[in-house]
Amino acid sequence: MSTATDTVNTNPDSHGHDSHDDHHHHIPKGLMRWVLTTNHKDIGTLYLWFAFIMFLVGGAMAMVIRAELFQPGLQIVEPNFFNQMTTVHGLIMVFGAVMPAFTGLANWLIPMMIGAPDMALPRMNNWSFWILPFAFLILLSSLFVEGGGPAFGWTFYAPLSTTYSGDSTALFVFSVHIMGISSIMGAINVIVTIFNMRAPGMTYMKMPLFVWTWLITAFLLIAVMPVLAGVVTMVLTDKYFGTSFFDAAGGGDPVLFQHIFWFFGHPEVYIMILPAFGIISQIVPTFSRKKLFGYASMVYATASIALLSFIVWAHHMFTTGMPVFAEMFFMIATMIIAVPTGVKVFNWVATMWRGSISFEIPMLFAIAFIILFTIGGLSGLMLAITPVDFQYHDTYFVVAHFHYVLVTGAVFSIMAAVYYWLPKWTGRMFDITLAKWHFWCSLISVNVLFFPMHFVGLAGMPRRIPDYALQFADFNKWISVGGFAFGLSQLIFLALVIKACRKKGEKVSSQVWEGAEGLEWEIPSPAPYHTFDTPPTVK
Amino acid sequence: MKFLQTAFGALLLSTPIMSLAQSASERSNINLRPGVTDISQQVFGLHMMMFWICVAIAVIVFGVMFYAMIKHRKSAGAKPANFHENVKVEIAWTVVPFLILIAMAVPAASTLLDMEDVSKPDLTVLVTGSQWKWHYKYMDNDVEFFSTLATQPEQIRNKFTKSENYLLEVDRPLVIPTGKKVRFLITSDDVIHSWWVPDFAVKKDANPGFINEAWTNVNEPGVYRGQCAELCGKDHGFMPVVVIAMEPEEYEAWIVEQEAIAQRAREEEQRLLAMNMSMEELMTTGKQVYDSVCAACHMPNGEGLAGVFPAIKGSAIATGDDLNPHIDIIVYGKAGTAMQSFAKQLTMSEIAAVITYQRNAWGNNTGDMVQAKDINAVMNGE
Repeated sequence: MSTATDTVNTNPDSHGHDSHDDHHHHIPKGLMRWVLTTNHKDIGTLYLWFAFIMFLVGGAMAMVIRAELFQPGLQIVEPNFFNQMTTVHGLIMVFGAVMPAFTGLANWLIPMMIGAPDMALPRMNNWSFWILPFAFLILLSSLFVEGGGPAFGWTFYAPLSTTYSGDSTALFVFSVHIMGISSIMGAINVIVTIFNMRAPGMTYMKMPLFVWTWLITAFLLIAVMPVLAGVVTMVLTDKYFGTSFFDAAGGGDPVLFQHIFWFFGHPEVYIMILPAFGIISQIVPTFSRKKLFGYASMVYATASIALLSFIVWAHHMFTTGMPVFAEMFFMIATMIIAVPTGVKVFNWVATMWRGSISFEIPMLFAIAFIILFTIGGLSGLMLAITPVDFQYHDTYFVVAHFHYVLVTGAVFSIMAAVYYWLPKWTGRMFDITLAKWHFWCSLISVNVLFFPMHFVGLAGMPRRIPDYALQFADFNKWISVGGFAFGLSQLIFLALVIKACRKKGEKVSSQVWEGAEGLEWEIPSPAPYHTFDTPPTVK
Repeated sequence: MKFLQTAFGALLLSTPIMSLAQSASERSNINLRPGVTDISQQVFGLHMMMFWICVAIAVIVFGVMFYAMIKHRKSAGAKPANFHENVKVEIAWTVVPFLILIAMAVPAASTLLDMEDVSKPDLTVLVTGSQWKWHYKYMDNDVEFFSTLATQPEQIRNKFTKSENYLLEVDRPLVIPTGKKVRFLITSDDVIHSWWVPDFAVKKDANPGFINEAWTNVNEPGVYRGQCAELCGKDHGFMPVVVIAMEPEEYEAWIVEQEAIAQRAREEEQRLLAMNMSMEELMTTGKQVYDSVCAACHMPNGEGLAGVFPAIKGSAIATGDDLNPHIDIIVYGKAGTAMQSFAKQLTMSEIAAVITYQRNAWGNNTGDMVQAKDINAVMNGE
């Protein structure tokens, strides 16, 4: 039953006049501003800072891992603690750093890009952020439980995570549940905002690619986060309530766990890379001073990648003993993903072709992304070939592959995005000298860190081991040195962002970058607390 | 500089000519090994084919990109063009990759079919993983044994110099004949493990409650080393696989000898049942067994790992008046925990010795002595 008042409340042209006027022109102050905020820009900032803190926490764990692996033998930590470090490092980087960073960017940018005053569901937005710190407090506190935190890898394969896991497993399950709820709410908000709050004239095929890639990502999130919730719940009941989903002795199957997990897990890796594709598709045209090549094919390629991501999950499981024709199906389906991914890379290169290219910091990160992500994509193509995957599987070759797509892919794209939009957020240009130091130190160290992992992996070093045979010693030393250098380089970034937030630096125009196009570059810098109270018209 | 040299070496060595020049079983530090079976060499060929196709794609794409970055840069006065789509080009770069993929998939599928054809084996070995060791059982002979890490703990703790095959050496390697199709049935007693020998291109998960199959046919005699590939808990990094491939005649002699040794061991065990060992003997043997089998979880000092592996020092089972719960848990294990059954792995006199040791070491001074016949009584339900 719809009443007249309901209609008024949902009509964007006349909404909330009575409640709006009193908080329109002042920003609440102090801590409670951040706790109670429903403003998309505040919530975006919260997400981004949270992601950065988690990036440093997860990075500190990577430093422990690399310190132990600096030379053969056990020196610094015990194997049980080493396993906790690899597990929690993975969980924090995936769920605490990369995903919240993209959600933060979505919060800041999607309303400004489509000409909306805010996200569609601001109170839910507040909640979806504020449950996250609790999820990670629970996860981190599990490290202090007697027997230690989760030590079964971020993929928590049963029965290692059920019958054979420590007492902290319940905390792990509960924290993953909270992360899932947060992600689902964030995704619903993105979809509802994009569907309902686009400015007049902002048709779907005019939306910036960052908006498109996030829309598709949000559908992936809604499709697979419940699957993750299901599988952690089965782990919980197998461990504590006597069920046997994954225990053959009770009629279950440990491989069933892997099927369910990777049905979530493979779309999850695209959740972490599609928004990155969007960011690069915003930045490359700006600094090439030329329109994005193949806009429509970019949209279709993104959608194809998302659809294909649902039928390739078992390529993570070639050694589990599948029927040979299942292995062939998953091999071929996986190889096909290379086609739309290739289209994206070709489009970026074609955008640069005969442009007028300049190399500001965001462009440097974007170019590094294109090259290094492509290296990760090509090693992914090698991994798709089932008979050879038998040799690569669970070695450092896989570790090299997914760190190329996630660190020099997803994380570099997030850094590119921060450098690209930071002047819009603060109204000042960041410290370019520091930014150059950050870029070049990161670029060199990240390759010293991850490139030799290909070699040790091919030579036969398994992943997730605290100690290794002597022939891997030379490369591991260099990998650790690269790791420490990459970790330290991120402190330059921290210093730069703090400096930028304290309003140091030259004031910038509303367009900020010569060649930047889109609604977010038409509003003043810094972006006012409320933007697009009256929707702009898009021609 | 050493890094640069190795990295440069990596590029050189990965050329096909250099790889062929490599001795087949030689360990490479930067690339897959061609291995010692027809299958592993096919796999190596596929790997190199994929590698060179990827290199070619990367060179072309990055070449075009760097050309644009240099020629079309603003500082060189480039003016932006206006084009932003081209249907012909876009169709081309969708269709051409498709054709390349088909070219990759055909040989891959053919190798895969060969790898998964486990029919008509000459002999079969049951491989069972458990935390953190492998058990091998020859299905055609009366021979079975456990294979555990042989590297001394002092090497791992950096007290002794590390040996050449550090972490890749076991007390009893698997022995198989060359030139025969050997089928492996692979399973697990607890968590998932993965049995991997790079030189055979065999890696197959050991799933508890299920049996996987794999096979190999080794061309050259030699010692081949691998590791568990699936995270299986605390000592995942410490459960290597070592396989010795022998000429068939040598293998026949070996397996006959092993059957005789197994027979003598059974007779010896029967003989020991009638005898009592002294406290000193029990404690010495008990400590050896404890350090090689129990200490991985319960720690050499018997204190376990709080919250993960229970302490034996001062525990109710190891200090209580009744011996039966202590014998029970070692003979049968404890369902739903990492405590496995040791009836298969240890002889009755070894079990008796290790129980005596646990009841008298670290201040558990119960003074109890357990003999092989006590174990026999429990196992036979007396």
